[in-house]
Amino acid sequence: MSATAALEVQRTTTASRVGGVGAVLVVIGLVLVPWSGDAGFMRAVVEFIALLVLAQMWNLLAGYAGLVSIGQQAYVGLGGYALVVLADDLGVNPFLAVPLAGLVAAAFALPTAALVFRFRDAYFAVGTWAVAEVYRLLIANTDALGRGTGRTLKAVFPLARETREVVTYGLAVAIGVAALVAVYWYLRSRRGLGLMAVRDSEPASASLGVDVVRTRLAVYVAVAFGTGTTGALLYLNLLRISPDAAFSINWTAYTIFIVVIGGLGTLEGPIVGTLLFFLLRHALADYGAWYMILLGALAVVAMMRYPQGLWGLVAERYDLNFFPVQRRVRRSLTSVEKGSAR
Amino acid sequence: MVWVDAAVQGVLLGGLYALFATGLSLIFGVMRLVNLAHGDFSILAAFVAVVTVQTLDVNPLTALVVVVPIMGTVGYGLQRLALNRLLGRGILPAVLVTFGLSIVIQNGLLEIFSADSRRLNPGGIETASVPLGGGLAVGAFPLLTFALAVVLLIALQLVIGRSPIGRAFRAASDDGATAALMGIDTGRLYGLAMALSLAIVAVAGVVLGIRTTFTFSSGPDRLLFAFEAVIIGGLGSLWGTLAGGVILGVAQTVGARLSPGWGVLTGHLVFLAVLLLRPSGLFARSRRVD
Repeated sequence: MSATAALEVQRTTTASRVGGVGAVLVVIGLVLVPWSGDAGFMRAVVEFIALLVLAQMWNLLAGYAGLVSIGQQAYVGLGGYALVVLADDLGVNPFLAVPLAGLVAAAFALPTAALVFRFRDAYFAVGTWAVAEVYRLLIANTDALGRGTGRTLKAVFPLARETREVVTYGLAVAIGVAALVAVYWYLRSRRGLGLMAVRDSEPASASLGVDVVRTRLAVYVAVAFGTGTTGALLYLNLLRISPDAAFSINWTAYTIFIVVIGGLGTLEGPIVGTLLFFLLRHALADYGAWYMILLGALAVVAMMRYPQGLWGLVAERYDLNFFPVQRRVRRSLTSVEKGSAR
Repeated sequence: MVWVDAAVQGVLLGGLYALFATGLSLIFGVMRLVNLAHGDFSILAAFVAVVTVQTLDVNPLTALVVVVPIMGTVGYGLQRLALNRLLGRGILPAVLVTFGLSIVIQNGLLEIFSADSRRLNPGGIETASVPLGGGLAVGAFPLLTFALAVVLLIALQLVIGRSPIGRAFRAASDDGATAALMGIDTGRLYGLAMALSLAIVAVAGVVLGIRTTFTFSSGPDRLLFAFEAVIIGGLGSLWGTLAGGVILGVAQTVGARLSPGWGVLTGHLVFLAVLLLRPSGLFARSRRVD
């Protein structure tokens, strides 16, 4: 038999089955939460899911597509404002308006990409930031959008508070699950393989038939959709939007710290990072901006010494991947036996 | 006449932007590094000047004697202890580390100096003006800033073009690995480039603090203006950077005359227009550090 026959591509492991079952259990648990009637906990879960999705989106962009954007707050803001305009001005159901706001953000991502894709590498980072500022200033100068003071989402006022909270919560869980499943499925697909190839080497992937520009553009627009939807979800939860808050660099800062500390380029990393973010923020709630200083410092140290992040350290040490997206070439047991028998 | 006045003020503002942009352009030229904390370091320098003025009871311009060496040392240390270790690992680590530093500096300044806005008072010169005739007058201090920017650019041009360290900068810019093979200590060289970059941006920060009020969060805008000046002017051209700063400054002042909220936005839009029409900038040269 040939040498290739002795190898097999491994895509599913015991850990990945455990990861899958664990994920299903967590989702079942989350679905049961509204019956507890704890509104504070539900709001916290909505915020947790929002940050987790933002982190997964940025992770897809920077960790897999190699597009290090510092301007993702543009899509948080655009999504938030699109929600207010759709629900209050155009009379769309506010909950339906959340995914539609994501579509609006994606529509803005196309012309934005035409501009920022002219930049390479580090200049791409600053360029995306500049464009986010343009969106902020344009909205802050528009009377219909409340200029610098912003707007309040009035469309939800007629609803009972409990209804609004439970539906918002359900929407958040749905968005979180959809985002994670979509990213996992995409990265395990043929296109996802192409994307990772582009990140690792543009010329090599292009020579193997990957359309580099198209792949990156598709990811950029898809991430804008996810980020915009999350922005709308955040402001459905907060109800009050202003340009300075919605287009704040802090959205991107939180996201980057979460991903870098948790582990860039893994699906588990952002989950670990978001948990750590919430723990730290809660523990340092009485100390003003110190949690941001600590997170920033942790991210710097992680990038310097442990670029694989917390989850990367665990995964390396125990060879553990709950959500594996790589294809591992292994010598298969059966062919080893056959080989030794030969 | 109001537009001529706006244009003149804009040109002078451009001198300040060139001061911010030069350091950014220098380190990108020498080691392909974009320091996302560049603006925050300028604001840090302005706060160091505030402390120096208070403790030594000196004029903020005199305080430069203290502030510039401090920021230069910070730059050298930062490069040697941290950033040098990231070179050669791709663009992502350096971008993320300097972004992390930016957030740490901003929030550190917030914790130490509160969110109050500050201003440096040089004792009269900031309000003095020079009549140009025809009803036009320019501030003495903006004029001084512009002259300072031109002098600094000429000095930098001479250092890079004529001195041994400048030759090493150019060599590292062309090919860092080969420069190292030829006996250049690139680690030390990069440290000096960052020291020079932060020393220049320290001057820019103090000048900014005299011209206008600043807070802990004034840094990111400075980074964006510096970046836009570099891109408008074209990478690798010091005089292009001055021209880029001037174009940005004029766009901002003219925009602000159109409508008070449109100043910064007009600057951004002119930057995007240049990017769309002339992606390599208006005055780009093939040499990276010139």
